Amino acid sequence: MTLGPYAAFILGAYGIAALIVTAMVAWVMIDHRRQARALADLEARGVTRRSEQRTGDPRTGEVTP
Amino acid sequence: MPLIDLANPTRFLAFTSRFLPWLAAATVLVLAVGISLVASAPDDYQQGATVKIMFIHVPAAWLAMGCWTLMSIAALGTLVWRHPLADVAARAAAPLGAAFTAMCLITGMLWGRPMWGTYWVWDGRLTSVLVLFLMYLGVLALWRTVDDPSRAARATAVLTLVGAVNLPIIKFSVDWWSTLHQPASVLRLGGPTIHPSLLTPLLIMALGFLLLFITLHLAAMRNEIMRRRVRTMLMLQAEAAGR
Repeated sequence: MTLGPYAAFILGAYGIAALIVTAMVAWVMIDHRRQARALADLEARGVTRRSEQRTGDPRTGEVTP
Repeated sequence: MPLIDLANPTRFLAFTSRFLPWLAAATVLVLAVGISLVASAPDDYQQGATVKIMFIHVPAAWLAMGCWTLMSIAALGTLVWRHPLADVAARAAAPLGAAFTAMCLITGMLWGRPMWGTYWVWDGRLTSVLVLFLMYLGVLALWRTVDDPSRAARATAVLTLVGAVNLPIIKFSVDWWSTLHQPASVLRLGGPTIHPSLLTPLLIMALGFLLLFITLHLAAMRNEIMRRRVRTMLMLQAEAAGR
């Protein structure tokens, strides 16, 4: 495959596209890790949502006080 | 699982955990096939090898517009049915739409310089896509500006629906005004005007980009649901501490 006299423009376009895709994937993964850590931290401190307090654990039927 | 069950955030989270790895694998596979087809695609008789930029520029442009269309449908869901997942869907889509619009603009500039002799002209197509990019930044800024999430959801939904007026302007700008940009050559009434040797890799790359968008959007929606749960739990904790 030869890219001719405009190779820099073609490779530049693909490079920018790869950079943007990498940034989007990294953003989603880092954000997921951050939210999961925050949720785990709150649950470890015994904080639960109202819906969970009302219905309890759906697997055991146990109601959280 | 019936489709309606996905309207429940908890079931949606379970669904995304199960299907995201498969979607990610399908995305990588289709993009790998697409890139190998791009590498072996022939040069255009007029544009030479620079036609290879089309295989990323066009799918990015389609997604830039498709993402705003999705946000507009979600905006209706927020304003008419007040469904919480509608705002989650719109909010998760906006940064991705901005990224694909930026990709479309930058790759277009890099294609324009060797073909038109300039990176940029203020014509209808380029300007309306730049306006789309600024609108994405606008809704992202609005979400951050308004503290109350339900007020922010309604305000951004209205802005999104107003911004949807720009979509037909982008699509038909090449027909309405004099422009350096070529007219529609794939999505047109008379069928595609591109030779199959270039059309096939373009459609495979478009499918790969679409799968990439669906994967990232579902993952970003999952993150947004988790962020709202964290916010709710922090408020409950503060409420309990205040008693």
